[in-house]
Amino acid sequence: MTVTAPSISPQTRPAPAEAQGLVRVFAADQPLALDAGVNLAPISIAYSTYGSLNADRSNAILVCHALTGDQFPASTHPTTGKPGWWQLMVGPGLPIDTSRFFVICSNVIGGCMGSTGPSDINPATGLAYGSTFPVITIADMVRAQAMLIDSLGIERLFSVIGGSMGGMQVLQWASAFPDRVLTAVPLATAARHSAQNIAFHEVGRQAIMADPEWRDGAYQAAGTLPRKGLAVAHMAAHITYLSEAALHRKFGRNLQDREHLGFGFDADFQVESYLRHQGRNFVDRFDANSYLYITRAMDYFDLAGDHDGVLARAFTGTRTRFCIVSFTSDWLFPTRESRQIVHALNAAAANVSFVEIETDKGHDAFLLNEPEMFRVLSGFLTAAADQHGIARP
Amino acid sequence: MTLRSDLQVIAEMVTPNARVLDIGCGDGTLLRHLASVRNIDGRGIELSQAGVNSCVAQGLSVVQGDADTDLKDYPTAGFDYAILSQTLQATQRPKIVLDDLLRIGRRAIVSFPNFGHWRVRLHLLIHGTMPETERLPDRWYETQNIHLCTMRDFVRLCAASGIAIEQALWVDSTGLPHAFKGDSTRANLFGEQGVFLLSRPAQV
Repeated sequence: MTVTAPSISPQTRPAPAEAQGLVRVFAADQPLALDAGVNLAPISIAYSTYGSLNADRSNAILVCHALTGDQFPASTHPTTGKPGWWQLMVGPGLPIDTSRFFVICSNVIGGCMGSTGPSDINPATGLAYGSTFPVITIADMVRAQAMLIDSLGIERLFSVIGGSMGGMQVLQWASAFPDRVLTAVPLATAARHSAQNIAFHEVGRQAIMADPEWRDGAYQAAGTLPRKGLAVAHMAAHITYLSEAALHRKFGRNLQDREHLGFGFDADFQVESYLRHQGRNFVDRFDANSYLYITRAMDYFDLAGDHDGVLARAFTGTRTRFCIVSFTSDWLFPTRESRQIVHALNAAAANVSFVEIETDKGHDAFLLNEPEMFRVLSGFLTAAADQHGIARP
Repeated sequence: MTLRSDLQVIAEMVTPNARVLDIGCGDGTLLRHLASVRNIDGRGIELSQAGVNSCVAQGLSVVQGDADTDLKDYPTAGFDYAILSQTLQATQRPKIVLDDLLRIGRRAIVSFPNFGHWRVRLHLLIHGTMPETERLPDRWYETQNIHLCTMRDFVRLCAASGIAIEQALWVDSTGLPHAFKGDSTRANLFGEQGVFLLSRPAQV
């Protein structure tokens, strides 16, 4: 599918306030050079925009989504009909204020919401890529985003913002394209994926690959879907997004639709029923192979490793302003991971703010209603935008 | 808004356009003041989440951290001034903190409440209990101030640690600063607070 993006010519035709379901296609002569040593072409990048690009093109913010996210942070999901994943953060008058900023969010390369990924047809074979899709990295995702930003005629981003895997992309952006990023806001993230996190991802991938319907990744050709494997992968991962306190507060040991224990393996407990529900819903909106590839990209992320093991060298001479946020009950990307980034940025004499938000909601807190996070981000972005002369609405 | 008297004094010690690290920056009052009157490039470290959040929400670059544990991560000579106002007496290892200040900053500015002030001495002499004054309002078992010192103590520590005192001021009860040199009995008796501009002479 080829949908032509609106021509960005702000003087004559301001970008529409909200433009969803857009796709930029890069033909065979504009390949994406992957870390794996492969040139991927042609590629599509699916994206949405909110707000209007100003005349000097200085008010663009790139929002980077997390592992299971998509390019619809502030619009209804086309498959599930649910509100956008960052509806509380992105919108008019919200911290990422779309009446002041032009917000772009694109589906990552390797994804399954319209950007080229393993479920797309490989033009060389006429079949879905499946397991033959090249392994992608966070840096590849960022290079693809840079191609999109270039094609929109935007030289410099006012900000790059994202949580979790989105935060990894933010750090990669700031490191790879320091002159194109004025401010960077990595939330609930790390400069490298920890052994424990790689371990959790491996459990998820093994669940998918153990599903006979996976068919070595060629399930599209076989007309099957590894639904059970993907659901289990998401169930395991979903636990890591919460916290013991949040699970206890939400479910405790409460029973599901029954008075007594069932003495069987039905979902006796509410927490079991909740997880099964999460797993089932996820399968309807996510591709199993995309899950394999995107978790792999996170596992491979190690910004210090790309700079002789010294994280500070990833940010040498940077003039980007950073605002780093962590959450007290996030055990997937704990505060000490954010502190390592802060230490590296201090060692690089960078301009950095760091806030740890008190919450019991675990890793998912960055997606939820956390007023203190909103206040900090709003203050940080407002002050920086004032400094750079971006007009207030 | 009137600035706390020691902050006023500190602000006068800072040269324009300097790079400043304010350790224990609270709600960012000093950083904001320095940015407006000295055009500094300022950063802050603050222990309390409320303080950090308020600073960042105002557009200041502030990191949540602790003077006792986090200063080691800052690069040597990354700043023109490292400022520690009314915080030294609350640190676990004041001497190490002082050494770190003078490693991170080409100069350090330190202010603290003077435990040698005559009112403090009189309180202890008459009542025989730990002094509680306007500057030291908390009960001994509730105070954050675990390493209180007098002006004389501080001057002696600097001498013993090879730290040069470039400028020394005692601030009286009305907030007026008075310059002094060396080990001054007058400063130690009448200074409610001491404010010191410090540097580390080049090693030979």
